[in-house]
Amino acid sequence: MNYYRHITVMKFAIAIIFTFALMPLHAQPTADQILERVDRNLSSDNRVFESTMIIHGARGSRTLTSRTYAVGEKRSFTEYLSPPREEGTKMLKLEEQLWIYSPSTDRTIQISGHMLRQSVMGSDLSYEDMMDDRKLTETYDATVIGSEVLDERNTWVLELTAKVDDLAYESLKIWVDTERYIPLKEEFYAKSGKLLKRAVLSDVVQIDGRWFPKTILYKDMLKQGGDGTEFKITDIRFNENIPDYIFSKAALKQ
Amino acid sequence: MKTALKLAYRNLVGAGLRTWLNVIVLSFSFVVIIWLKGIMMGWDYQAKSDMTDWQIGGGQYWHEQYDSFDPFTLSESHAVIPEQFNKEIALGDMVPMLMVQGTLYPQGRMQSVTIKGIDPHQNLFLLPTHRLDTVVDGIPAIIGLATAQDMQLEKGDLVTLRWRDANGTFDATDIVVVDIFSSNVPAAEASQVYIPLQTLWEMSDMEGEATLLTFRDEDEERAEVQGWVLKPKEVLTASVDKILKTKTAGQSVFYIILLLLAMLAIFDTQVLSIFRRQKEIGTYIALGYTRREVVGLFTVECAMHSILAVLVGALYGIPFLAWQAKAGWTIPMDAGDFGIAMAQTIYPVFSIGLIISTVLIVVVVTTVVSYWPSRKIAKMNPTEALRGRIQ
Repeated sequence: MNYYRHITVMKFAIAIIFTFALMPLHAQPTADQILERVDRNLSSDNRVFESTMIIHGARGSRTLTSRTYAVGEKRSFTEYLSPPREEGTKMLKLEEQLWIYSPSTDRTIQISGHMLRQSVMGSDLSYEDMMDDRKLTETYDATVIGSEVLDERNTWVLELTAKVDDLAYESLKIWVDTERYIPLKEEFYAKSGKLLKRAVLSDVVQIDGRWFPKTILYKDMLKQGGDGTEFKITDIRFNENIPDYIFSKAALKQ
Repeated sequence: MKTALKLAYRNLVGAGLRTWLNVIVLSFSFVVIIWLKGIMMGWDYQAKSDMTDWQIGGGQYWHEQYDSFDPFTLSESHAVIPEQFNKEIALGDMVPMLMVQGTLYPQGRMQSVTIKGIDPHQNLFLLPTHRLDTVVDGIPAIIGLATAQDMQLEKGDLVTLRWRDANGTFDATDIVVVDIFSSNVPAAEASQVYIPLQTLWEMSDMEGEATLLTFRDEDEERAEVQGWVLKPKEVLTASVDKILKTKTAGQSVFYIILLLLAMLAIFDTQVLSIFRRQKEIGTYIALGYTRREVVGLFTVECAMHSILAVLVGALYGIPFLAWQAKAGWTIPMDAGDFGIAMAQTIYPVFSIGLIISTVLIVVVVTTVVSYWPSRKIAKMNPTEALRGRIQ
């Protein structure tokens, strides 16, 4: 009798141990759920923000400030506010097309094809990088490959593999804050597995119930010299009422 | 006429130093004009021959989207090689080339390049593509001297190359510079990296595709092919013709100045001799010469300067031009910076046509200039002329 009782207690104990052992696994969301939460934080129906782009080159730094209006993933309008040389330069993105207006020549040119892959004003970002706003869940398959502590924050390390053909980067590695669901670091890889670009996201703040990184430092890892391009959002507002005329070619010349 | 020529010759030689000064100046114009025209012809010949050997072969088929002046068209300029060319390619008489835009990172600096995929076993171009058939710690690549100098690359250097495949996805790997060539053709060198075609097909997911198809035989009649634009050799070398035309026009100013100087001397001599030889003119007329004959005599006499100049020019010009044709003329600055097919040393080419046409032009111009002041003779009063009075 004692023997059977002992066995029952043992079974119960094992069951409890397993339950507790498995609890953290149940608590950890799947890679897709993490990506979905990340998308929810980073994407919005519309946003208006002012930003500063500091391009750290080998021979010094340049700072550009701009104001951007964006609706969904397809439409955005950016106006450069400084320095004086770039002041008044405007960029309009509609669907897959991009136009740039230069006040010095008073001309609007369309950037297409390979030109989209060129650097934006000498930064580590291409026009294409700035234009591709598709959600991560739509473009990548994700797997959690581990966890790390990054700047005293717990993160899940996710490996993302492209699930559509037309992406600039075949695979990504992202470090997602386990509490705030914001990537704190992103690495962009070539098909060969070579590390091409790294982004470090910081100054995470809560705005309108969502977490958002206000500073992103991009670095082209193949390029030597220079400390990359720092993208700082100085002011951001979500779900503003943006008039439609802003997203027209006529608005470029105003 | 014979007497006129004899008289003219005697008068000319009798004038001594004045004649020889004119003759030397004129002969100098002859030689310089022939030399300059020879340089132009030499450049034309050399540029086209270098372009054939390094860049265009006997002509090319371009993908319909390809625009050599717009590198941004490259992403759209590729298609499967038409089957009808398979035999010609197998025989080595056609070389397909795929072009992809890429970024090279020499010493970590970003440099935009065109990646050209080419068959390592081709022999249509002088490019040392056989060196691409080498096993190294990366993709074997050859580059032109201009690119090597711009990017501070040397043979054996390992450098990272980044490109995008047909879908626009980034890829990157290391290439090894296995050879550096020098071609005199900037279009074959500037910011270009040659790698094996098969490798580029795999890298870009563009298996069996090409941007350009270069053929060897320029004389063969060729048909238009759907999706490709036929560019015969004369179309591809039209840029050289245009540049030479502009240069020749610019040089004409120089010829005119040279001839003007020589003709000024001839004109002066003629005016002076008519002024000083009035008695002689009067005597000719008194002896029964018609005024027209006297004008002819003076014109022939002065125009004979050019004949003497041809002979004197030949004396020193033939050895000089022959030496130049052999040794060539080295441009006193870096010809590669001009951006056009141009060798550092140009070997002038002197054709019989060039020499005869130049001689004819100078003789005709001299005759016209000689005739101009002689017309005054026709208005002279013979009696006054005989007295030697100034009219």
